[in-house]
Amino acid sequence: MSKLCDINTGRRDLLIAGALSATAAAVPAMAVAQGAATTSGANTGDAVPPVIMPVNIEINGKLHALELDTRTTLLDALREHLHLTGTKKGCDHGQCGACTVIVDGQRINSCLSLAVMHEGASVTTIEGLGQPDKLHPMQAAFIAHDGYQCGYCTPGQICSAVAVLGEIRQGIPSHVTPDLNVKPLLNAEELRERMSGNICRCGAYSNIVDAIVDAAGRPA
Amino acid sequence: MRAFTYERARSPAEAATAAARMPGAKFIAGGTNLLDLMKLDIEKPVHLIDVNTLALDQISATADGGLRIGALVRNTALAADERVRRDYGVLSRALLAGASAQLRNKATTAGNLLQRTRCPYFYDTNQACNKRLPGSGCSAIAGFSRPLAILGVSDACIASHPSDMAVAMRLLDAKVETVQPGGATRVIPIADFYRLPGNTPHIENALQAGELITGVTLPKPLGGVHLYRKVRDRASYAFALVSVAAVVQPDGASRLALGGVASQPWRVEAAEQEKSVPAITGRLLAGARTTHDNAFKLTLAQRTVASVLDEAKRVPGAQKGAAA
Repeated sequence: MSKLCDINTGRRDLLIAGALSATAAAVPAMAVAQGAATTSGANTGDAVPPVIMPVNIEINGKLHALELDTRTTLLDALREHLHLTGTKKGCDHGQCGACTVIVDGQRINSCLSLAVMHEGASVTTIEGLGQPDKLHPMQAAFIAHDGYQCGYCTPGQICSAVAVLGEIRQGIPSHVTPDLNVKPLLNAEELRERMSGNICRCGAYSNIVDAIVDAAGRPA
Repeated sequence: MRAFTYERARSPAEAATAAARMPGAKFIAGGTNLLDLMKLDIEKPVHLIDVNTLALDQISATADGGLRIGALVRNTALAADERVRRDYGVLSRALLAGASAQLRNKATTAGNLLQRTRCPYFYDTNQACNKRLPGSGCSAIAGFSRPLAILGVSDACIASHPSDMAVAMRLLDAKVETVQPGGATRVIPIADFYRLPGNTPHIENALQAGELITGVTLPKPLGGVHLYRKVRDRASYAFALVSVAAVVQPDGASRLALGGVASQPWRVEAAEQEKSVPAITGRLLAGARTTHDNAFKLTLAQRTVASVLDEAKRVPGAQKGAAA
């Protein structure tokens, strides 16, 4: 039992180390960009010193009064400032979906949104959906169906999946909905299309679809 | 990302005036394209004017039976609107074929019209790109040009326009409503909105400094069969190699617009007077300039148009003979 625990801790440490090295790698790149700004920033005006602004955001039911650099994305506010590291940084360009969170009921890529743009917003992250002692049904379904391997994309997959069920309930059509004027069905084809903004490099896709179908209360 | 100052807009006219007053200012709405480019140091605003605070997120009926879509209506909300699904199906279909649900939840109507090309040389700041850095040259023409444009190109730029939504807007004869610094408003037909690259590919549209899009209007519904076919490298969540938007009437009269193949949403009204598919595609694709990598788009566009017109004949409710 303790051995299994050790393995889990080891993997967690590895992921944290990976995230740190990614941050470190970003520093020289930023230094280069700022160096360039002093020599060739003329096409958009003079370089601006860092700007700090207040922003109030409700995260997982708790109001946070933050003071953030305007450049801070919602993702970085969650991870770096609030230490809610469940939400993952994958590509940081809106291509992978690892950073998916639910804002005012809608799933978004938190990497492509500035924290200061979310004054008064209500954000739900994977930590807010459920905790180990009280899992959200979607979290439980992902565990039951092995809807992951390495787990890095999983928080984004689960936030996305919870929102997908809401979108189908609201009758929002998708690319594969056969008739725009008929309520979309909850089937594997719809789920695959609707989850296409969440990439899983381990390829757990079929188990993810099974987990979502299960969580929706239908037989897998 | 470079540092920038930030303000929340109080009215469209004030936002436009503020943008014109400050060199290097940009509006931000969804941010899904702008922030991506700012992280790569391709867009370098020194000031952001957040327009999300403006009341431009409604869809309403117009006096002449059309729809007015607020600039901030999100792509998801527009695609899901009951009137759009019923009367402008080609627009719903185009929106749903683009991006991912997460991006569509954020991306706005106006922002989608203004999104920048995904040409790999525009994105790679180590490469020459006349659109990113005017006068620096074009690495794309002799480079990896498979995803790039064959129509409306120039010796300075072969970037393709990335939007699906804009293709449907062009097909539907949408009009772009704006407010200028000082508060004057104007209406730009979408046929006049985009600029051909010529020698100035960095100038992409008719908007003047500080001018803010406030909405897009659609004329009254066309009826007919609405189709949007997107051909891409993946089944979902990829930009178009070729896309075809079509509205086909029971008597076979059709409107057609192409995405993925041109520097802007591509429509040739004269092609719609033709009766046979070869004559239609001949006019639609006239003047195409291809590279070794993207010559396949010519054939793919011809075949996709033919396939879409054929499908229109098979849609229940459509009469036979949509196109010969």
